Amino acid sequence: MAAAGAAATDLEVVRGKRAALFFAAVAIVLGLPLWWKTTETYRAPLPYSQISGLNALQLRLMVPVTVVFTRDSVPLDDQEKLPFTVVHEREIPLKYKMKIKCRFQKAYRRALDHEEEALSLGSVQEAETMLAEPQEQAEGSLTVYVISEHSPLLPQDMMSYIGPKRTAVMRGIMHREAFNIIGRRIIQVAQAMSLTEDVLAAALADHLPEDKWSSDKRRPLKSSLGYEITFSLLNPDPKSHDVHWDIEGAVRRYVQPFLNALSAAGNFSVDSQILYYAMLGVNPRFDPASSSYYLASHSLPHVINPVESRLGSSAASLYPVLNFLLYVPELAHSPLYIQDKDGAPVATNAFHSPRWGGIMVYNVDPKAYNASKLPVRVEVDMVRVMEVFLAQLRLLFGIAQPQLPPKCLFSGPKSEGLMTWELDRLLWARSVENLATATTTLTSLAQLLGKISNIVIKDDVASETTCAPLRRISTRLTSSGSRFGTWIQALSSLKSRSLQPRSGCPSTGGTWTQMLGVLSATSSRLPSSA
Amino acid sequence: MAANSFRPRVLTALAGLLALSFGSLADSRIEDQAEQFFRSGHTNNWAVLVCTSRFWFNYRHVANTLSVYRSVKRLGIPDSHIVLMLADDMACNARNPKPATVFSHKNMELNVYGDDVEVDYRSYEVTVENFLRVLTGRVPPGTPRSKRLLSDDRSNILIYMTGHGGNGFLKFQDSEEITNIELADAFEQMWQKRRYNELLFIIDTCQGASMYERFYSPNIMALASSQVGEDSLSHQPDPAIGVHLMDRYTFYVLEFLEEINPASQTNMNDLFQVCPKSLCVSTPGHRTDLFQRDPKNVLITDFFGSVRKVEITTETISLQPDLGIMESSNKEDQIDEERMEPLKYAEQLPVAQIIHQRLLALPCPWCTPQHDCLIRED
Repeated sequence: MAAAGAAATDLEVVRGKRAALFFAAVAIVLGLPLWWKTTETYRAPLPYSQISGLNALQLRLMVPVTVVFTRDSVPLDDQEKLPFTVVHEREIPLKYKMKIKCRFQKAYRRALDHEEEALSLGSVQEAETMLAEPQEQAEGSLTVYVISEHSPLLPQDMMSYIGPKRTAVMRGIMHREAFNIIGRRIIQVAQAMSLTEDVLAAALADHLPEDKWSSDKRRPLKSSLGYEITFSLLNPDPKSHDVHWDIEGAVRRYVQPFLNALSAAGNFSVDSQILYYAMLGVNPRFDPASSSYYLASHSLPHVINPVESRLGSSAASLYPVLNFLLYVPELAHSPLYIQDKDGAPVATNAFHSPRWGGIMVYNVDPKAYNASKLPVRVEVDMVRVMEVFLAQLRLLFGIAQPQLPPKCLFSGPKSEGLMTWELDRLLWARSVENLATATTTLTSLAQLLGKISNIVIKDDVASETTCAPLRRISTRLTSSGSRFGTWIQALSSLKSRSLQPRSGCPSTGGTWTQMLGVLSATSSRLPSSA
Repeated sequence: MAANSFRPRVLTALAGLLALSFGSLADSRIEDQAEQFFRSGHTNNWAVLVCTSRFWFNYRHVANTLSVYRSVKRLGIPDSHIVLMLADDMACNARNPKPATVFSHKNMELNVYGDDVEVDYRSYEVTVENFLRVLTGRVPPGTPRSKRLLSDDRSNILIYMTGHGGNGFLKFQDSEEITNIELADAFEQMWQKRRYNELLFIIDTCQGASMYERFYSPNIMALASSQVGEDSLSHQPDPAIGVHLMDRYTFYVLEFLEEINPASQTNMNDLFQVCPKSLCVSTPGHRTDLFQRDPKNVLITDFFGSVRKVEITTETISLQPDLGIMESSNKEDQIDEERMEPLKYAEQLPVAQIIHQRLLALPCPWCTPQHDCLIRED
């Protein structure tokens, strides 16, 4: 009896030990991984390899150029070789980690009948209007017409002409090496009308190592989804001047067409105001030689600040604000001129500040004082004023005078104030800038997340980055038809989104699928390259 | 002999003159380039001024911040470019014997509260989270423009912080702290997003130098009122108000700034000399190793004022005046003027209307006016 009892307790003990062992085994084998999995920080997967590949991207900006030869422009045996295509590729030397190459794809062809007819008209302007009718040119492309060496279309001493609508006219040459010579000249003209190093350097200004010796004029407005433009009339002396300006009409007639032409660069909203008793912060000096008052150029920077607090323009929207001020000087300080560094009065009587706006001083015609008593009614000549303001707006956007090849006839901008290829240049610069900013943001985000190993990465952040197939975009940066505009908008909205991560990926039907569709369509048309 | 040696002397004199003239030409170009080299590349200025302490006995911190605010406004930065964060309202505090004022000098000489103070973050809105959101720009959508720091890559930002601090931290509102590492990371995020061109960081707390030890982003210059292990002391109490009015370091900085006007050429080295140990008891410190330019070339107005770069407009575009439309618009104006009726003011107090509306708004339709309403319709 006692032996059976002892055997039973032994069995109990063994069973107990086995149970404990099994328990521990289950706890370790199942429990430990379960605990590990449930207590790790949630890090949504990001495409790190793709993001690090962004640094080594190559950007190829393609400019399609169509070169049209008329009958007598080049020797006959050269004409037999038409049509063919020549590609000229050049690397833009910037100290930026992304290599940028500029590729001019020149398609040479013979002129069609209506083009021959148009180019034999009397003047270049007539020829242009006739040529522009049939087709609308793709954005970013250029067309160069080569006419015969002695054609009367251009003035005698001019070798080429650059028009406002992506066309240029150039004299041909009867020479053995005609195509080479003409090819070089075409590159010169094309560079004046499209991309140059300056444009891209200004666009990438904050990503390049600062070159202190460069001009600090490279400060155009940064790309943004919209801009607010405010026109202000400053009347410090309402007792003497009763100033009227037809700002609504002027905006409708002159500013709105310009902004419509620039609409691809952002949404613009325009407003205006009149400020009374608003003084400049600087006392003008009297110049006895011309019996007028002047503002020296070194005192101009101090003019803006006292006025700015009264402008009150920036309450409503988040877009950058551009202020254009028209100052009618008081009777005691009339007439008032602005002097440049050498002491000569400035013709426009205006100055501007990068990324802020411009100020113009409008002197009242002294004849108005003779007849009537004070206050004198002043009607502002809006044409003169808008000429200056629109020129300042162009400078603020970074649209500068191009570097023309020698002996080139340059037609000024059309009535809108903006040439089509200038807009193309602006859009190129904007797209490169947006691409650079998006790349920087993504790479620094990846770096940051790599450094902080236990930060939570939520799903919306991950979805934002995977929705950005930047690599595919940047290998084929080209323009194709009207989609260019929407594509720029899409890139700029990517830039603004990637600066402020918010939830939601642009879903089907949005700009991304459109863009990808465009890209796949164009990539099938292009010759395959890296 | 004399004649022979005369000619070479003339020649050398001529050569020397030529060399001098060439040298002066080259000099002026070099000077031009040098001037550009030393100038800052900013186009706008922002200021973020933070006072982190609440309660009446921390009056001096609010006075500090408001004094810097006043100087910065006087030197030209507009309110739209200043983010002012005050953790408590001293001017309207129940214990303030002079309501609507905040003084910074003994004998109530200078009221820094003024008439046009614009406080963007007030009272309990001054938290570490809000401060970091302002700096990095990740504010919730719907935040008004005055509460955002809309700087870009060409902005010079002045950041001034004051309150109670310790070795490596700054206390916000008695309930939380910001550490120097968080601050350094916030500045790095600003740098990555290109939200500043150059940054000047001034801190007036105890052991303030510990707050800038950890910065690692470029283009930051930092000043502090005391070194690690030292306390920043307050300046003087006012017997009428009953509290200390200002801190010493900011008091002397303010005296220094009062002499600056927007055109002055005073540089940062002078600011570093402000408040030596004899006056301040603590040793102010500064850090310039992350800054690219030499401090003696940095103007005070680069950060405290807002002197803009201007360029003369030399070109215009030509527009065609549209004469036909101008004439017709003139005619429209005249017609409009004729058609308008004479204007009159609206009724300022339409008594009859008010009574009528009160009657209509009675709670129960069977109530008669005499019983339930205070107004009788006459």
